Amino acid sequence: MAEQAIDLSKMTISDEVAVQISNMNKWYGQFHVLRDVNMTVHKGERIVICGPSGSGKSTLIRCINRLEEHQSGQIVVDGTELTNDLKNIDKVRSEVGMVFQHFNLFPHLTILENCTLAPIWVRKIPKREAEETAMHFLSKVKIPDQAHKYPGQLSGGQQQRVAIARSLCMRPRIMLFDEPTSALDPEMIKEVLDTMISLAEEGMTMLCVTHEMGFAQAVANRVIFMDKGQIVEQNSPREFFNNPQSERTKLFLSQILGH
Amino acid sequence: MTEFTPFVRKDMLEPRDPPGNQQGPIAWARENLFSGPMNTVLTLLGILAVGWLALHIIPWLMHSVWNANSLSECRAIIAQTWGPDATGACWAMVRERWHQYVFGFYPMDLYWRPTLAFLLMLVAIAPVLYQSLPRKMMWFTALYPFICYWLLWGGTLWAPIVVLAGFGLFALAFRFAAPKLGVPVSAGLGLLAAAVWWLFVQTPLSTALNGIIPLSIRDVDSDQFGGFLLSIVIGITAISASLPMGILLALGRKSDMLLVKSLSVMFIEFIRGVPLITLLFTASLLLQYFLPPGSNFDIILRVIILVTLFAAAYIAEVIRGGLAALPRGQYEAADALGLDYWQAQRLIIMPQALKISIPGIVSSFIGLFKDTTLVAFVGLMDPLKGITAVVRADINWKGIYWEPYIFAGTIFFLICFGMSRYSMWLERKLKTDHR
Repeated sequence: MAEQAIDLSKMTISDEVAVQISNMNKWYGQFHVLRDVNMTVHKGERIVICGPSGSGKSTLIRCINRLEEHQSGQIVVDGTELTNDLKNIDKVRSEVGMVFQHFNLFPHLTILENCTLAPIWVRKIPKREAEETAMHFLSKVKIPDQAHKYPGQLSGGQQQRVAIARSLCMRPRIMLFDEPTSALDPEMIKEVLDTMISLAEEGMTMLCVTHEMGFAQAVANRVIFMDKGQIVEQNSPREFFNNPQSERTKLFLSQILGH
Repeated sequence: MTEFTPFVRKDMLEPRDPPGNQQGPIAWARENLFSGPMNTVLTLLGILAVGWLALHIIPWLMHSVWNANSLSECRAIIAQTWGPDATGACWAMVRERWHQYVFGFYPMDLYWRPTLAFLLMLVAIAPVLYQSLPRKMMWFTALYPFICYWLLWGGTLWAPIVVLAGFGLFALAFRFAAPKLGVPVSAGLGLLAAAVWWLFVQTPLSTALNGIIPLSIRDVDSDQFGGFLLSIVIGITAISASLPMGILLALGRKSDMLLVKSLSVMFIEFIRGVPLITLLFTASLLLQYFLPPGSNFDIILRVIILVTLFAAAYIAEVIRGGLAALPRGQYEAADALGLDYWQAQRLIIMPQALKISIPGIVSSFIGLFKDTTLVAFVGLMDPLKGITAVVRADINWKGIYWEPYIFAGTIFFLICFGMSRYSMWLERKLKTDHR
């Protein structure tokens, strides 16, 4: 990743708050998954969240679009607080894009239909216009020629790029990535990371759960390390990787970078 | 210590054809029929069994008689032509009585009405079965039940029109309430409005309208229905009503709302736990007690309702299996894109769950269609038992045994086999996962 020149000109962080999480707690039954999480994400930030498995990092970003429900504390996304109010939840979800580890494309729809479905039904955009937008984003992720195929006919890397395009078609203000490259063959990881980098270059607010440390060093403005449901350390990537403070972080970094 | 030679490939290999002795019919037979002594013996025994059966059935079919006026005449013709010991099929019965198998005791001069209804039915179900047909045809499909009812039972045309207006009322109430109250509540409200309309306005209004502009054709009573007319009326109505009901029950069973969930579970488990014949007896005897006094509820309609409920419970369970087979990621992706519950169900979940459930759903449909013969137990003239009993009560055909059952069975087989082939075609057409 290091050899790649990244255009930093549009990667500006504004004062505007995109996501505000305060004193948030979540339990699965008796199990305390997220403990007193406090986090403020500003517009334009690129945050990488890492940590050992079971540390609650996926759960944290899934709380931001209410795929998981938190039990106490507050989550405010783009000025809308997440409560049981379904209207608010749908509003937040249409503003926040999400990319999953297993792509979760709709296998019964073509690539183009995957990308136009939500704009047509949620945003009520005319079909023609939605298709134009979809083709625009499919070109952006470099697979416009696959538009009329079905997800099952594409490689993993292509499917994940379609999933990114599908989220972008909703014109989200914030993008969440839940281990987007973990289910991919090594040869396909780069094409997905390149797509994510170009998204970052356009100034998108991004929260990525990932173990791609090269990506974190190249793109992120902040790295958050989580363990046992809490934020253990956060810092700029340079400081985080070269000068970790907590013992837990040092151990983690030695495990993943050690070989 | 094992030595190995370092190796680097210079030229990549091109793909080649498989060796010839593994293809062709002989190779197939050797592999599948005669792969060992045991299999060879079983194959030969199988061929012998088929041959023995054919040896007995083929002469009986070859000695068929199509022109005769009674069973004894049939037998005389067979004895005369093929000798005194020969056996033969007497299809002359079918030739003389086929119309009863098809129409039951429907008035003969009105046979055009069920025939027309049947042809229109083919037009109505075509756009449902074949997605490539113009979607505008669905309007006819929606109107068809009312046309069909009028054609089959006759009476005033105003009756189905007023019933249709009840559905319009439902749609209207739903449309105005849905944005404010949500889908389930407004559906309930619409249903309430329509029920009030059907119970209290229906009869006086259609009678009054018919008084002003008479649009009547001759009434045909439900007692006169029979044969395949009856089977198809019950079967098709129950099939088309039980699928949406089964979907709702399956969703209800998976619902987070305790009341909806427990009602669905209770309904499904109760209906599945009771034999269909019990439900049919309920339809013919008990249902009358629960209805407002004086209301004369048609027996065929009552049977249709209970057969529908019965099939819906099974279909709900089949669809629940399809829902369980969907990965959770599909729900999450639909949620993450901001689709609401009903949109997610309609656009993402159901198309996939139903596709997975096609074999099970069609099995239920085939079972349901064959179960329509059970209406014989509540005195309706089903083609298998009811009509055959009538035919054999005739002095001319007394003692005929195989032919009526083979005839009715063949027609059932053709219809059910058609459904099965259609479902396989549909499965292939919808296969998009390319695994």
